Amino acid sequence: MKFKSKSASVPYIIWIALFVIAPIGLVLYYSMLDLNGEFTLVNYKNFFTSAYLTMTLTSFWYALVITFFTLIIAYPTAYLLTKTRHKHLWLMLIIIPSWINLLLKTYAFIGIFGLYGPVNAVIKLLGFDPTQILFTDFSFVFVAVYIFIPFMIIPIFNALDKMNPSLIYAARDLGASPLTTFRRVIFPLTIEGVKSGVQVTFIPALSLFMITRLIAGNKVITLGTAIEQQFLVAQNWGMGSTIAVFLILIMFAIMRFTRTKKKGGRA
Amino acid sequence: MKSLIQIMLAIVIACGLLSFAASKLEAANSAGGKDTLVVYNWGEYIDPSLIDQFEEETGISVIYETYDSNEAMLTKIRQGGSAYDVVVPSEYTIETMIKEDLLIEIDHSKLPNLQNIDPYFLDLPFDPKNKYSIPYFWGTVGVVYNPNEIPKHITFDSWDDLWDPALKNKVFLVDGAREIMGMGLNSLGYSLNSRDDNQLREALEKLKLLNGNVKAIIGDEITPLMINNEATVAVTFSGQAADMMFENEELDYAVPQEGSNLWFDNMVIPKTSKNVAGAHQFMNFMLDAEVAAQNTDYVGYAIPNKAAWELLDDEVVNDERFYPHEESRNNLEVYENLGLELLGTYNEYFLEFKMSLE
Amino acid sequence: MRSELTAKAKVYLAIVFIILYAPIFYLIFYSFNSGGSMGSFDGFTLEHYQAVFDDNRLLAILINTVIVALLSALIATIIGTLGAIGIVSLRNYKIRNIVLSLNNILIVSPDVVIGASFLILFTMIGVKLGFASVLISHIAFSIPIVVLMVLPKILEMNTNLIDAALDLGANRRDVLTRVIVPYIKPGILAGFFMALTYSLDDFAVTFFVTGNGFSTLSVEIYSMARAGISLTVNAISGLVFIVTVGIVVMYYFITMRSKKTGGSIQ
Repeated sequence: MKFKSKSASVPYIIWIALFVIAPIGLVLYYSMLDLNGEFTLVNYKNFFTSAYLTMTLTSFWYALVITFFTLIIAYPTAYLLTKTRHKHLWLMLIIIPSWINLLLKTYAFIGIFGLYGPVNAVIKLLGFDPTQILFTDFSFVFVAVYIFIPFMIIPIFNALDKMNPSLIYAARDLGASPLTTFRRVIFPLTIEGVKSGVQVTFIPALSLFMITRLIAGNKVITLGTAIEQQFLVAQNWGMGSTIAVFLILIMFAIMRFTRTKKKGGRA
Repeated sequence: MKSLIQIMLAIVIACGLLSFAASKLEAANSAGGKDTLVVYNWGEYIDPSLIDQFEEETGISVIYETYDSNEAMLTKIRQGGSAYDVVVPSEYTIETMIKEDLLIEIDHSKLPNLQNIDPYFLDLPFDPKNKYSIPYFWGTVGVVYNPNEIPKHITFDSWDDLWDPALKNKVFLVDGAREIMGMGLNSLGYSLNSRDDNQLREALEKLKLLNGNVKAIIGDEITPLMINNEATVAVTFSGQAADMMFENEELDYAVPQEGSNLWFDNMVIPKTSKNVAGAHQFMNFMLDAEVAAQNTDYVGYAIPNKAAWELLDDEVVNDERFYPHEESRNNLEVYENLGLELLGTYNEYFLEFKMSLE
Repeated sequence: MRSELTAKAKVYLAIVFIILYAPIFYLIFYSFNSGGSMGSFDGFTLEHYQAVFDDNRLLAILINTVIVALLSALIATIIGTLGAIGIVSLRNYKIRNIVLSLNNILIVSPDVVIGASFLILFTMIGVKLGFASVLISHIAFSIPIVVLMVLPKILEMNTNLIDAALDLGANRRDVLTRVIVPYIKPGILAGFFMALTYSLDDFAVTFFVTGNGFSTLSVEIYSMARAGISLTVNAISGLVFIVTVGIVVMYYFITMRSKKTGGSIQ
């Protein structure tokens, strides 16, 4: 586009330099130090020889599962929200729960999923035996999806909201089934929103750490957990930084994979 | 655009009003004196009314900041940038801090109340002669359990009870490499400060056999689970066990015979302190018998202050589980600073154990 | 488009909302518990609410938290929106993609890494740790989320609009304030609200870069975990929640009314 706004994006460029490039430099620098502060590549070697590769795969897999469920729950929600009368109010009400402290909400989930919690009370009422829902893959994915849902709904809602409804009517009039209308008309028009939602879900999901302990009882170990442990417990900033470097590399790969080439060409 | 500018203005005005309110609150909070003291401690680890009392008695206004792990706190002290006058690290962190020359020597002549501390808790290997640290609370690592939910023969006299098949899917472990590897080592009769890789490997292999019994490896969130009878057996710190037992009377706590960890949280003064005199005043205040007793009532941890024992309920002080007698303390070991290399090994093995869990 | 929702759709939305609010109602429920913790309800009491108002320190921390959240979200939204517009104006897709990847680095980095590296950065430059350093950090880690929220709106914008405006002699400032910003407003608001979420939830970064008596609610709550989180925190969260919902609903209906009475504020 002809519009240029060089001066307006100066603060953003400064931000990238100071708070992205500089920390990355630090992380790279630390990743090449061993415990005695000497220059070495041993951390990188360790990454490939130890449990970290398995961990990378697990993190990737869980992030994928979490993003998938978040998307299939968030999309219909966003779609239905755009059809409510006070849609902006409802959207706000989706966001508000995310403002309450996450640790507190996690403790609440521990109670809710507990053996004597409300969920098991319902299970009992239905005539089944109470089961421990905590510390399972299910509880982990559930809580992670819970955390990311607002992040996914908002961009999709924004994409759907301004969509020209006559397009849908036109498609229907031309005899397209609802599914075809969705696949050929609605979804392609909201793809930017979906991409944005997937990015703000998948990328942080790779480095989830607190709930891996609180909700999954350390039975799920992600790269985020490993980094936290290296920094705080083992005090091995070198190894922690090395894992962080790989996390960033994975992210770069994902960005390449989901880049907005065709659409962006017009803007 | 207009509405966006309106929102912006509203936010700026709201922030102005709020910061005015905050400054009013902070003014009402401080004792008015110019002398301030920054105390850096765990959350909920002091009776707040004692801070008020200290401010009233001395005219020093206290700024209370909190941290959630020794290591995170250490990073902040190392890096500098903000001044803390009194900090309460655990013993292994104190050892590191002494080694890195982060602490000021304490002037014992300014602490007349130091005589209240039971001599057993003074002059320990991590800080000979208490040159740098003064005891605050102490405790052990052990097993908290619900006797009504498990077979009678399991009493946790021995760590091996954790491996009992009757505890399938019932055991919760604390998320700490030193604690769990230490437990494995202790159960084999080794020291929890072992530097022998063969012993560590052996401990790891033994821990892996715990697989079917371990329900989860978690941290502080074990407290609500035990209180609500969600969990039956948990390896944890005595302080937390005391909290749980206060809320849930069915629970019991045991420290296995083979040995376990004895931990201390001590008060220290970092080099960056700007009010060393005030820090001494604060320490002396916390060592006072009545103050210590009141603090124990609030926090619920075991206190090393023998003058305070007189003021506490006999029931509390004579509880062998939390105030073990000297002979039973013989099996307990204090963590030694193993150095980062070995700590890394402990950590790696612990990670291997975690990843072996199904 | 204003077709009414079917019953099935209503049930679906209701379930989503119930799940989203369940932990919050659970927290609020136990804020009335006379027992000491969440999990077993012993009896009704208001003492935890009393404790909130008696605790000046906690109230001051709460206010600090809100100020940091609002200001950082506001500033991050401004910087991020302008940055997103700048990104889209990049013609070279390779560079654009690199900038976008750089943008996301802070989202993928665990908080410990961000916190530790910011701490090193601040002490190197000599920024005094406290309100300023916390505010700057919150702005820094909120900018990428704003960019990601604003970007799709800009991308779907019809560029002919801008070209037309420019051809008609509008200057760049006019194009920005009259054409672009109104169109991407939903994205800007979304970015602002998500930045608020990031700020309110952050513990690790704040922990590392704070100092000199400045604290936020998250730091307080996390450091309570070892000795037990007091129900006072539940009470304060309950109050914050109710006030927030109140403000949002009120604001919504006020703007609705003023829209209906003719004064369009869009």
